[in-house]
Amino acid sequence: MSGAARIGGLRNITLTLIWVWLLLFVLAPTLMVVVASLLERGESQFVIAEFTIDNFLRLFDPLYFQVFWNSIYLALVTTLICLLLGYPFAWMISRASPRLRPLLLVLVIIPFWTSSLVRTYAMVIILKANGLLNASLLWLGVTDKPLMLLFTEFAVIVGLVYSLLPFMILPLYAAMEKLDLRLLEAARDLGAGRVALFTRVVFPLTLPGVIAGCMLVFLPALGMFYIPDLLGGAKILLLGNLIKDQFLAARDWPFGSAISVLLLIFMALFMLLLVWARRRRADSGEMGL
Amino acid sequence: MSRLWRGGYLGLIYLFFYLPIAILIVFSFNDSKYRLTWQGFSWRWYEALFSNEELLQVALNSVTLAFISATLATLMGTLAAVVLYRYRFFGKRLLHGLLYIVIMSPDIVMGISLLILFVSLNMPLGFWTLLLAHVTFCLPFVVVTVYGRLSGFDESMVEAARDLGAGEWLTFRKILLPLLMPAVIAGWLLSFTLSMDDVIISFFVTGPEFEILPLKIYSMVRVGVKPEVNALCTLMFGLTLILILIAHLLLKEKKA
Repeated sequence: MSGAARIGGLRNITLTLIWVWLLLFVLAPTLMVVVASLLERGESQFVIAEFTIDNFLRLFDPLYFQVFWNSIYLALVTTLICLLLGYPFAWMISRASPRLRPLLLVLVIIPFWTSSLVRTYAMVIILKANGLLNASLLWLGVTDKPLMLLFTEFAVIVGLVYSLLPFMILPLYAAMEKLDLRLLEAARDLGAGRVALFTRVVFPLTLPGVIAGCMLVFLPALGMFYIPDLLGGAKILLLGNLIKDQFLAARDWPFGSAISVLLLIFMALFMLLLVWARRRRADSGEMGL
Repeated sequence: MSRLWRGGYLGLIYLFFYLPIAILIVFSFNDSKYRLTWQGFSWRWYEALFSNEELLQVALNSVTLAFISATLATLMGTLAAVVLYRYRFFGKRLLHGLLYIVIMSPDIVMGISLLILFVSLNMPLGFWTLLLAHVTFCLPFVVVTVYGRLSGFDESMVEAARDLGAGEWLTFRKILLPLLMPAVIAGWLLSFTLSMDDVIISFFVTGPEFEILPLKIYSMVRVGVKPEVNALCTLMFGLTLILILIAHLLLKEKKA
């Protein structure tokens, strides 16, 4: 019938369109980044077709290694804080009464979707020298002169945690919601204590959520260049700031690409970890968000 | 006791989430330029925003861009979700995986990779490059949203339609699409929000002749805290809040 032909046509058109789109705007550009990272910097053009691995070796140049290491350190601290704050939080939501749970959840979904730039700016207001936090500390008598909170490493970590915590909580919640409570009862009946219950049952079963959450926090924490821009002054740089500078100021595209390839490698490692954890759980391959 | 603890902990985290935004909103109505203290309620910063013609043009640019990219992403994403759900085809798992990777991949990598692409194609940076970039990062979110609704779907409806003699096209139009509509609209709203809020990707693919709001806010915020910026950020937050709540309600609506 003509209906079948039309839907068949629609299917083919859709598939062609989506494949062409992804090839052109995702796969090809990513491949170009990888290629650019292995080429030399040009004088008149951005790159010249000369193979080299110097761009990757330059990350170990003391000049950049400091930034590189500091950015990894900040991202790790941020991820750890988000996990420690987010895990019990997600657990409490997932165990809240069914009446309350939708409200608790939507209150996490709102910051998840809100512009992180707007939220970072709100943090600037709080942390400023004559901002609210200092005013409260002075009023409480904790300090007698305003603390320098803004433009410190502390401020950058607070800003990163503030922006990224919802990205940890939501995948954790998704994993906890699916948890079969009978497994907990069974473990308890078999004599598991509270510690064993967590380390042997709950944590392994929610591991995919933990890995997904850590990936969604760690990778952006390396790249969100406006957070140290606004909260850390010019002193603290993330890999994202380094990439941005290579593309817009220094015009060293191959080096900027090499740093981006590093981010892609981190992402690939997380993905492998996630596949491994999911396979271990032999769970349905649902899309996390 | 443990209930009290739990409530206290949840409360603290929610306070951490919402207190800074609440202060931002309160200050946007404060009738004082420099002081932290409350000087009385005032609309003056909002009036200043709405009499700033340059800023209004930038806001219009952003809304136009978000509207078109959300619409294109929703059209393509809905069709893709239906095809992914209903048919077997070569490379199906790969397509799934690729969309998933686009969601997960750090914005900055997508930003510079698209910059490299556009520059090597000699495309002038501006509206068109922004549009292509925004459709690309919205697309997988629409697919996931619509696909999510499809997977909770009662297959017997489709079978019933088929038994009554409806072809594939009629089934799609009369059964699938109406049932999918809430998810399609939600996908559009989420895309619109994503597009309105994106900083990192737009930063790399924007051009001088087409300024958009998030980047304008970024350049304003870098200069420092100003009451007009408080008002602008409050409006952005309000817009996101409304769109997200509608999307959330649509997705929560009982599945057929």
